[in-house]
Amino acid sequence: MADTLMKFADAVKKYDPVFGLEVHVELSTNTKLFCPAHIEFGGEPNSQLTPVSLGLPGSLPVVNKTAIDYAVKLGLALHCDIAEWSQFARKNYFYPDMPRNYQISQYDKPLNGNGYLDVELDDGEIFRVPIERAHVEDDAGKNTHVGGADGRIEGADHSLCDYNRAGVPLIEIVTKPVEGAGARAAEIAGAYVRTIRDIVRALNISHARMEQGNMRADVNISLRKTQQDPLGTRSETKNVNSFKGIEKTLVYEIRRQAAILDKGGEILQETRHWDESTQTTAGGRVKSDANDYRYFPDPDLVMVHVTKSHIEELAAHMPEMPRERRARLKAEWKFSDLEMRDAVNAGALDLIEETVKAGTDAAGARKWWMGELSRIANEQGVSLEELSITPHNVADVQNMVTTGKLNDKLAKQTVAGVLAGEGTPAEVVAKHGYQVVSDDGALESAVVEALDKNPDVAEKLRSGNMKPMGAIIGAVMRATHGQADAKAISKIVIQKVRQG
Amino acid sequence: MSQQDNSRQDDLVRLSAAEMADKIRNKQVSSRELVEAELKVIESAEPSIQAFLHISKDEALAQADAFDKKHASGDTEGLPELAGVPIAIKDMIVTKGIETTAASKILEGWVPPYDATVITKIKAAGMPILGKTNLDEFAQGSSTEHSAYTTTHNPWDTERVPGGSGGGSASAVASFEAPVALGTDTGGSIRQPGALTGTVGVKPTYGGVSRFGAIAMASSLDQIGPVSRTVLDAALLHELIGGYDEHDSTSIPKPLPSIVKAAREGQKMDLKGVKVGLIKEISGEGFQPGVQARFDEALKALQNMGAEVVEVSCPHLSYALGAYYIIMPSEVSSNLARYDGMRYGLRVMPPTGTDQTAANMMAATREAGFGDEVKRRIILGTYALSAGYYDAWYGSAQKVRTLIIRDYENAFKQCDVLVSPTSPSTAFKFGEKMDDPLTMYLEDVATIPANLAGVPAMSIPAGLSDDGLPVGFQFFAPQMRDDLMYKPAAALEAALDQARGGPMLQSLKTPWLESLAK
Repeated sequence: MADTLMKFADAVKKYDPVFGLEVHVELSTNTKLFCPAHIEFGGEPNSQLTPVSLGLPGSLPVVNKTAIDYAVKLGLALHCDIAEWSQFARKNYFYPDMPRNYQISQYDKPLNGNGYLDVELDDGEIFRVPIERAHVEDDAGKNTHVGGADGRIEGADHSLCDYNRAGVPLIEIVTKPVEGAGARAAEIAGAYVRTIRDIVRALNISHARMEQGNMRADVNISLRKTQQDPLGTRSETKNVNSFKGIEKTLVYEIRRQAAILDKGGEILQETRHWDESTQTTAGGRVKSDANDYRYFPDPDLVMVHVTKSHIEELAAHMPEMPRERRARLKAEWKFSDLEMRDAVNAGALDLIEETVKAGTDAAGARKWWMGELSRIANEQGVSLEELSITPHNVADVQNMVTTGKLNDKLAKQTVAGVLAGEGTPAEVVAKHGYQVVSDDGALESAVVEALDKNPDVAEKLRSGNMKPMGAIIGAVMRATHGQADAKAISKIVIQKVRQG
Repeated sequence: MSQQDNSRQDDLVRLSAAEMADKIRNKQVSSRELVEAELKVIESAEPSIQAFLHISKDEALAQADAFDKKHASGDTEGLPELAGVPIAIKDMIVTKGIETTAASKILEGWVPPYDATVITKIKAAGMPILGKTNLDEFAQGSSTEHSAYTTTHNPWDTERVPGGSGGGSASAVASFEAPVALGTDTGGSIRQPGALTGTVGVKPTYGGVSRFGAIAMASSLDQIGPVSRTVLDAALLHELIGGYDEHDSTSIPKPLPSIVKAAREGQKMDLKGVKVGLIKEISGEGFQPGVQARFDEALKALQNMGAEVVEVSCPHLSYALGAYYIIMPSEVSSNLARYDGMRYGLRVMPPTGTDQTAANMMAATREAGFGDEVKRRIILGTYALSAGYYDAWYGSAQKVRTLIIRDYENAFKQCDVLVSPTSPSTAFKFGEKMDDPLTMYLEDVATIPANLAGVPAMSIPAGLSDDGLPVGFQFFAPQMRDDLMYKPAAALEAALDQARGGPMLQSLKTPWLESLAK
């Protein structure tokens, strides 16, 4: 049965939405959280196992120190209090993807607590999202259901378990209830999760690819009449795995809950799922008979001790955070707000920075990555990073343009050559003999010839109407097989027409 | 085989592990000869003792041959003193390639793909593994009657239990089927069977011996330790298996104290300057008169060697049993959750007519695979950890535990070691306590406190009670000072042997050895 929905604009006018997010980020350590099993995306099922990650009798977990360091770095980036002593606890429940039938997580003594993240919205406004905790835990394996529709467990005749993912380190970042977001709740949630992604990438602690499941979010939302009212009953939508999905889930749930409340109904405290195909959330387990996880401190693990001096050492080596970096680069590069946002959204920031570092100007670097190269990437359906051209190559091409060795057309052909695997820009240029005709004599005679062949145009130019200049340039280009510099041509044309 | 050969084998198996090791070093005997001799005893004794669940004859012989070959070429320099001496392993410890079941149906047929850290060390020392010994299922019990496979008999009276959970290892060592063995001790599972079979059993400091590869019963209490016929053998084995292990987070990153040195020091029978604390709360009421009498005599023997005896109080020990029966089952309920039929061991499909789901398969497997005592503890622990009960049960028990740790710390300010009887009674008859779990739990009243506090403790034979059955004398030492208890223990052993004219096990009737000699 389809949910009744209220118009979003009406819903946020009538109700005050309060949301909370639990974001799971998979850490990019080489090995698992509690054993030296190697981690690799897309490995053969059940090929990345040790007795520990399979929970064999007698096996014992030992904490991966790198994972703790990664988590401390994230805690620092999120302005958290870092606990010198934190503790792992067992979360007990039976499920076939759980080798021990308990997850090792942190409960009442998490590593990171009480932080915040400032999120920049599209219009430049900053919204502060309060953070409850960011704790470390291990992931479960993966079940594949066979024989049913769409890989669902319903109707399946058997299931396969792959424990490669079991034991991969996760950080769960839990916000406090986010209040005062109003109509911008979805936008803030989306920006928050994108900012987390940018931060974990800057810290180099996660691949943060949502499509590979490196990041996923549980979205909690409730409505109340006014900001003064106590929090309403919430729904929790589990494992949303795209930025758009998170935003759409919030919008949908606000509309759905508003419609129920408007009719005097009650919100069920339940777990829901975002269905990408129908663009709706669907109800699942009712939370009131939820699992009792029987948390207790894991007696196999001593408390995690991170000394003050170690935290200070990690803090001293923190990379620049994405927001600060963007502000700095924008100023250095003299980009407009729009140019900067486009570059960020295209994921071109690193590429432009590398290109500038390779010794060319920012405007030129931006022009290539956001123009020609974006077009080609779009055409090929790949990301800019995946194009087979390096920032260094791009800088070389741009410099050849600046120094007049290539014109725009030849430069594009050179880039095409690099992308086709013909070598460096210099090699491509040499191979094809690309060069701007800079011999003034040859150009002059080509210009004179063009003016002679186009008397109408010549006349207009002589009378000071420079609009048809392109026709002469085009003719000269054709005559010189595209190897002339347009600026040089127009200079000669102007000379000639002034001479009479 | 000639008469002479057989009598020589009889003598061989009666040697201590240290004596066997001496003979190996002097090339008077090979590791293979020792293994063959023990296998003969096992063959002869098992029908009446049933200490073993699995005899790894081929592996043991291969290991012995490999050692002998190395020894012959002089490559055994630097190996531990017990190199080449055979050993039996409690079936709670995983052994690569040798079936390991924890005496439970749920692990029937499971062959581990890896070795416990202690097994890696045993193998590196060239000690052949004779087999895996019986226990109460998942080490839960005090009589070995809860084994899902067989009942182990006490060599002193085969109508009686050998104690538990490590009844198999204790009986194997007492009956000369093995010179030494490994056990695990969560609430007394090494020491109480030691007391009931007249053997030496040691629970090392928690964290002093790696638990990696010891099947978990209650992780915060479990500890692997030696079972032997002499204090020196226990010390030699303890040093061999002990030390920091990076695979066990709770392993203590410090070197072991000099345990063997302390045991040898004790053999000199001079205890001047040693302060022995008598724990007021563990003696007297509830202890069998014959047990108390041997204990009192042993205490006098310690004094005669110069030890000063002081009475100390550990006021919270009376709550130890209660706290233990909350903490232990709580951890059991979580540790045993992994046995669900999904990945290894027993799998029982749900009965026809019910949904063939993973959840129903898990339920059917656990219903069929676990025995009553294990189920009882899983249910107790699940309840104690439940929301709304956690603080009242688990939380309170942990507070008691902290108080007991403080009691020991205070007591050790007044003395070097603490002493008590190991077990309230001598070996009881089969079935005597099976229908009354509470009485069975009381068997461990004197041993449990050491596990709760994490301190080392050991039981050594203190003579026979009026009923002709062995009595155990227990020493406790401060954390990571296991050496402190080895000295008075070795001294007491020497004094009692001297008074008796030889080891207590000399008086054990061993028809299975006599039949060999015939």
